[in-house]
Formats: sequence, structure tokens, C-alpha cells
Amino acid sequence: MSEFTLRLRRYDPESGQAPYWDEHTIELEPHRSVLEGILQARGRFDGSIGIRCSCRAAICGSCGVRINGQPGLACHTHLDEAMSRSSDGTIVVEPMGNMPVIKDLIVDMDAVHWKKIQSVTPWLLGREPVPEREYLVDREAMVDVTQSMACIQCGACVSDCLAMEVDPEFTGPAALAKAYRFVGDPRDSEHKERLTSLAEDPHGLFTCTHCFKCVDACPKGVNPMGQIMRLRRISGSDFDIEDRNNGYRHEHAFVKNIRRNGLLHEADLLPDSYGGKFHPRAVPELIASLPVAIRGMLRGKITPAKALLHPHKASKELRAIFDKIESRPKRYELNLYVSGTDADNEGTAA
Amino acid sequence: MPEHDVLIIGAGLAGQRAALAAAREGVSVAIMSKVHPVRSHSVAAAGGINAAISVADDWRSHAYDTVKGSDFLGDQDAIEVMCSEAPAEVMHLEHIGVTFHRNDKGEMDLRAFGGASMNRTAYVADITGQAILHVLYEQLMKHSSTVERYEEWFTTSLIIDDGGACVGVVARDLRSGRMETFAAKNVILASGGAGQCFRPTTNALICTADGITQAYRAGAPLMDMEMIQYHPTTLAENGFLITEGARGEGAHLLNSLGERFMEKTAPNKMELASRDVVSRAEQIEINEGRGVGPDGKGIYLDITVVPRKRTLEALREIVNIGKDFAGVDITREPIIIQPGQHYIMGGVKTDKDGRTSVEGLYAAGEVACVSVHGGNRLGANSLLDTLIFGRRSGEHAAARAHSIAMPDVSDATLRRDEAMIESIIARPRGPRRVSEIKEELGTTLNEHVAVFRNEEGLNQALDVVRRLKEEAEQASIDDRGTVFNQDVIGAIELGYMIDCAETIVVAAIERKESRGAQFRTDYPERNDEVWLKHIDISADADGAPKVSYSPVTITQWQPEERKY
Repeated sequence: MSEFTLRLRRYDPESGQAPYWDEHTIELEPHRSVLEGILQARGRFDGSIGIRCSCRAAICGSCGVRINGQPGLACHTHLDEAMSRSSDGTIVVEPMGNMPVIKDLIVDMDAVHWKKIQSVTPWLLGREPVPEREYLVDREAMVDVTQSMACIQCGACVSDCLAMEVDPEFTGPAALAKAYRFVGDPRDSEHKERLTSLAEDPHGLFTCTHCFKCVDACPKGVNPMGQIMRLRRISGSDFDIEDRNNGYRHEHAFVKNIRRNGLLHEADLLPDSYGGKFHPRAVPELIASLPVAIRGMLRGKITPAKALLHPHKASKELRAIFDKIESRPKRYELNLYVSGTDADNEGTAA
Repeated sequence: MPEHDVLIIGAGLAGQRAALAAAREGVSVAIMSKVHPVRSHSVAAAGGINAAISVADDWRSHAYDTVKGSDFLGDQDAIEVMCSEAPAEVMHLEHIGVTFHRNDKGEMDLRAFGGASMNRTAYVADITGQAILHVLYEQLMKHSSTVERYEEWFTTSLIIDDGGACVGVVARDLRSGRMETFAAKNVILASGGAGQCFRPTTNALICTADGITQAYRAGAPLMDMEMIQYHPTTLAENGFLITEGARGEGAHLLNSLGERFMEKTAPNKMELASRDVVSRAEQIEINEGRGVGPDGKGIYLDITVVPRKRTLEALREIVNIGKDFAGVDITREPIIIQPGQHYIMGGVKTDKDGRTSVEGLYAAGEVACVSVHGGNRLGANSLLDTLIFGRRSGEHAAARAHSIAMPDVSDATLRRDEAMIESIIARPRGPRRVSEIKEELGTTLNEHVAVFRNEEGLNQALDVVRRLKEEAEQASIDDRGTVFNQDVIGAIELGYMIDCAETIVVAAIERKESRGAQFRTDYPERNDEVWLKHIDISADADGAPKVSYSPVTITQWQPEERKY
């Protein structure tokens, strides 16, 4: 047994008081979970500590919290692991972010998380005619969507989504992963409609800023950002959906930019995202982007010479990578459920 | 006052399936749960769902396996209904979006499972329950205009009218603390099992016997309550479930001598005998000193014999559980497991349409006892049970709603429950906390009402349960608030668990034979002459358990010796 000090963020909406910190010392083996610690504190010292919990085994998704600043499930975080991230010798447990707090560690998931899930038409729109037996689909396709099906709706990814912090209307990682679950499902009949609506939404597919926070937060390896990237690729490359948000053109400009320059050439990226420097559509967009361009010039990121006349200097090796990938008949998707990691693919033990 | 033709309590698989089925019949439907529906314990069902969908299979074979698995205590008419309707139900799930894993032909793949004579378990990796639960919830979101949802509402009572019919419920909105009366032509209990009466258990913290005890207190008899399933593979420390799918994929059980000891008890089926058989075999190894682990109370589950890539694809959840909760890479070394409380075969006695003996009250899923599981449930039959009898209850209740008027419901029960909650909150500091009483209840049942039982131990357990009942009435709580007062809910749940535990122990004392999950060391043989019958327990006028019997329905399979 070891002693741990839990520092819990408490809030009683009926008290009229501000949130406060509450400390309890609990005794458990270091590999037991933070949830067990909280339940011990609740059972022994203070039954009023509010936290949703049920399965204790990281499958029901109830106990999403922030532990020493990191979102996750209380039942899925060991006490010693939490301690290793502690700055003051205590395990700090707070409610998740981006959602209003109802009481103590309980947040209002309906107001944010479930509303966003509801916005992606979260049910199968099955192909007609419905077969008498099962739909016949590729073995791998069903394993592939298992990754997004593995989402337990705990909200950990929503808690720390930086894009959502800036744009609370953003559909967000969990709902977009849910959307992939249908777009990746060969039985669904509305892939294009789903993708169009996500791509055209000014708070949709292209609002993600690739910060990886959701990938770190997810206790189930769903890789929400990965699902978002896959939605983008399918939207842009398979369906050629040219959205009003410029997501499609920006993505293509980015790829072209790297292919030609090796390293990102930012002065090219902006005009290319609108179709190239001399594209008629780029003119109004460039004018609208002048403040950004001017700031870039002031900071020395852009000079008129660099912007207009610069050599493209991607190395041969880099171009070879592009050629090789683009010559493949089928796009490889990074889905660890299908491909596994390198370690997974080692020979069978015993 | 909200009024509904069909009001469902509990939003796991049985409840959601009942709601969707009732809504299809065009009646007004609501579903209520003390947790958000996707938190329901159905989410933890791992391995799969049985159905004779393979062209080489026949539902009668599935039914026979189920009857045999039940140790001939299951009612064969109900088992026939469940198994014959299973293929269409699984196809329905596939059509609405469940991502069942496929074989190379693109058809649903089927894995081996315990007690089954062929591969008939459809699955989604080892998150089958989660996948089905989430897909049903997708359907509830889709049908939000026809199914009203009361999420995070705790039911405090069933309302019974003067004629003895169920006409609604009283419930508390956890978020606001507001109590409300709901009038309903029909109430379907789908509120799950009672695993928290035991410690450890694979069951979630929410599995506190709510529906079983609510129905019992309302006058409905319970049946087969002595039949408690100990799952053969649970983690020693915290009781977490390691899916039977592991053995379905080929994993071995080994004792301290490295022997596959199942050879001795089940030479044909080996690790894939029925759960009661495997758990008993494990317990014998442990009791005779061939256990493993620091205290010798474990058994090795060796999954390393399954190809690693297959384990990572089809058993990913237990790879994570091994890593996160036991510090073991199950693809490289054996993991230590032991039998652990998992499921209650018994529950509120119902017919094939989910009707209890209380007019207007239905029950489906683990809360109910149809009885399709009898003395021992086969793996991957529980999801099937919830869906088939959830649907049938929903359909039957909807049909009944067409023929009766909305009941006139008083708020007497509401006032009584409000007073009850106020009195719990106002209790002076008692000698024992709710958490202590719950812990003693769980460890007591796990000691005396487990894989092996005897009269002496069971009587001790009954004494403890009855003492705890008195102590629970004085157990004080800390939370005086209304918003998410989980403390007061915990005190009410404790009362449910203790009443339920009493019926379990009474039934186990009553059955003086060994059948299915009930193994009495003082009566080690099955005795069909005397005990081929169900034990029913109902509350007498003083609320004390009263025992009676009902016959087992036998259609085509006469009891025979059970060999695996």
C-alpha cells in the first residue's frame, strides 16, 4: 500500500460559492486507478464527491476527467502514472474542459459532446435494397471501422481540443470520428452527401489544426485526428469535393508546395491555396489576405522577390517518395487496427 | 404529469431494443435510465452473440446446446423462441449498422464459444456489446421524435394501483434532484443485473439489482435466484472480465504444473465447456493446491498460443486490459485469472413476451428470468436474450397499450418517495457508512455463495445479510444537496442489493442438489426427481421471502447426463 494525496476540483452549484480545491489522502497499491482512489475518498471520507463512473474498466466512458492537466479516464490512469506527472506531489483531478461543469467532476456532455454527435447524422443510411442476409463487405473494411467504433464517447478528446477552444462551434474530434465510422462503412449509401456537408461546414472538417491533442487524450486508440485526415483525403481525392472553406485547394496546394520545395514555402502556399498566383479567383482572395501578407513581410517571412521568383529545390529523393506513393494503385491508410505497428507485426510468440 | 403508453426503465440492450420495437408499433414510448444509455452495462459484453446463421447450422442445435448448458433447468419453449428468432435478429442488427466482423467471403464471421457444438458466435472484435449498444443508441437518436429519452433519471418506485397493476413509476432527475410521477399503461423493466451484491464482480458499479428488487417489492415473484454465474476468466485483483472469446480463439487454461487440466473434466470441449463446468474445474485446481500466482488462487490463461496478429485484431480490448490493469502483454505471456461473479441467471419471472405476474409490468434482459439460461448461461447468449425478449416485450406492451386507457395515477407514491429520500438525507451520523456495508455484503456473498456452497456457509451468509439490512437502514450519508446527489442514490441502491441478496441466499439454501451454477458440496449430485423445478421467491405481507416452485417446461429434450 502507498499513500497518495488527491487534490480534487470541487464545485457545488447550490452553494453560490466558486469552485474550490479539496484534498484527501488515500491508500492503495500504486498500480490501482485514480478512480479507485476517488471512490475510496468518497466511501471513507466524503460521500458528496461527484463523479460519474460505472464499469471501472475503460469501456463505459463515464469517468472522463483531467488528471494533472491531461484528459483521460480516471479508471484508466494508474495512481503512480498520475504521480509521475505531478508538479507538487499531489494528484490533481479536475473536470474536463470545453464543457460546462454541473457539479464537481461532472460536466454537461449533452450541451456539447452529444449535440455535436447528433450533428453528423450518426446512424447508418444503408444501401438499398437491404439484402435478405447480411451485406457482403470486405473483411478489412469492417476491421477498419472498428477503430472508430471503439470510441466510448467519454469526451476526453473534446475536453482538450484546441480548435474547439477557439471555435466552440467546431464539430470536434469525437463527432468527426463518428462520421468516419459511416463514411468508412461500405454499407452506407450517402458517403458523398456526408462528406460534402462536413466539408462545406465552416466549423466542420477543415477546422481541425492537427495539434494531436485528441490522439493523446483518447483512451481507446481511436485516433480521432487520423479519422479527420482520412475524411479529408476521401473528400478531396476520392470525391473531389471543392468546398467553400478552401480546405480542398489548401490541401492540394500544400502537397504541391512540398513536392516542389521540399520544405514548406509559405509565400507560395497562400496564393496556391486559391488556385495559383495568376488564377483569377486568387486575386480577390489575395487582396483579402493582404493583412496576413503584410504581417509576413514585416516579419521577414515573405519578401516580394521570394514570393514571386524563387527556385523550387525539392531533392530528387523527396520527389521519388511522391512518385512512389502516387503510383500506387490504392491509397494506403494508416490504421493501426488493420496494419498494426511494427512491433505488432513481429512473429507469433511461443 | 408525463404519460406514456410504454415506459422502459433501463437503457442497455434490452431497454433500447424494447423502445425501438414499441415505437414501431406507433405508441408513445419513453426510455429512462439512471445513466446515459451508452454507459449501460451491456457495453461490457465482449465476445459476441449466438445465432444459427451459418447454412450448416440449425437453430435446434443452438437450442439443444442452450438446454444442456442450462443443466436442463431452462424452459425449453422459451429457449426455442430465443434460438429460432436469433438469426433474423442478428441480421436486423447488421442491417441497422452493427459492424460485425467478416470472413474472406464478406459474410459475417463466426467464432467458437463455450458450450456450443459449432461456431455460431457473431462478433465485433471483443467489443460486441459496445458495438451493438452504440448502434442501438444511433437508432434512438434517429428516432428521437418517437422515443422520448429520460437520461440520468433514477427510478425510485414502481406505482402499483389498488388492483395490483403497474401504472407508472416515480423517478428522480439526478441533475436537478426533481422527483416526478410518470403515468404509463405499461412499464418494462430492463434495468440489468445484480453483480454489485458480490465483490469482486465483473459487473459495473451500476448493477445494483434495482429492477429485481423493485419488482419483488411490487409483488412479482423472482425465479432461479440461486443461479449465479461465476465466469471462468476474470482478473484476480479487480474482477475485470477476460472474454471467453480468448478461449474461443484457442487460448489454454493451465495449472501450476503446466497441465491443461480441462482434460480431466471435459475431454472433448476442453476450455470451451460450459462456464459452470470450467469455473468448477478451476476452483478444484486452486483448492487442491495447483493454483498459480502469489496466493495460489489463480489459473494461467495462455493466449500466446493464438497467433499474435489475430489476437491484436480480434481480442484488442483484453490486450489493453492485460496491459493497463495487470501489467501483462497477453500476446507474450500467460495472464493470471480466476472464477469471478459475472451474471445472474435468475431474475423477475416472466413469460415469453416479457410479462411478469404484475399486470402492466414487463421485464427483459438480465433483470428478468424467462428462463432461457436455467442453471447456467452459455457465453454469447446474454446479448441474444436481451434483444429477443426486449423486442418481444416492447411489441407486446405496445399491443396492450392499444386496448387500454391511460391510467389515472395519484402522487401518493411520489410523496412517499420524497419523504423517504428526505429521511435518508436527515439521518444522524450512523455507526456504519454505506460503503462499508456494501463491501461486507459483497465479500460475504463471494465467500459463501460462490462456485462451491454448503448449508453452513449459506446460513452464515443469510445471518450477515439480515444484519446488514438493519444496519443499512441507519447508514448515514454526507451529501445534503439536490444536484447529482449520488450519495443518496447509493443508499437506495444498497437497499435494493440487500433485498436481492437475501433472495439469492434463500434460494441457494432451498435447492438441495447440485445443478448448473449451484454446486452444493453437501448435495453434490443433480437430483431430477426432486429438483427439476424452478424455485420462485416472492415477498410475503411483511416483505420476507416466501418460497414456492414452478415446473420446468420440457418440449423435446429430456434431461440426460451432461458431458463436455
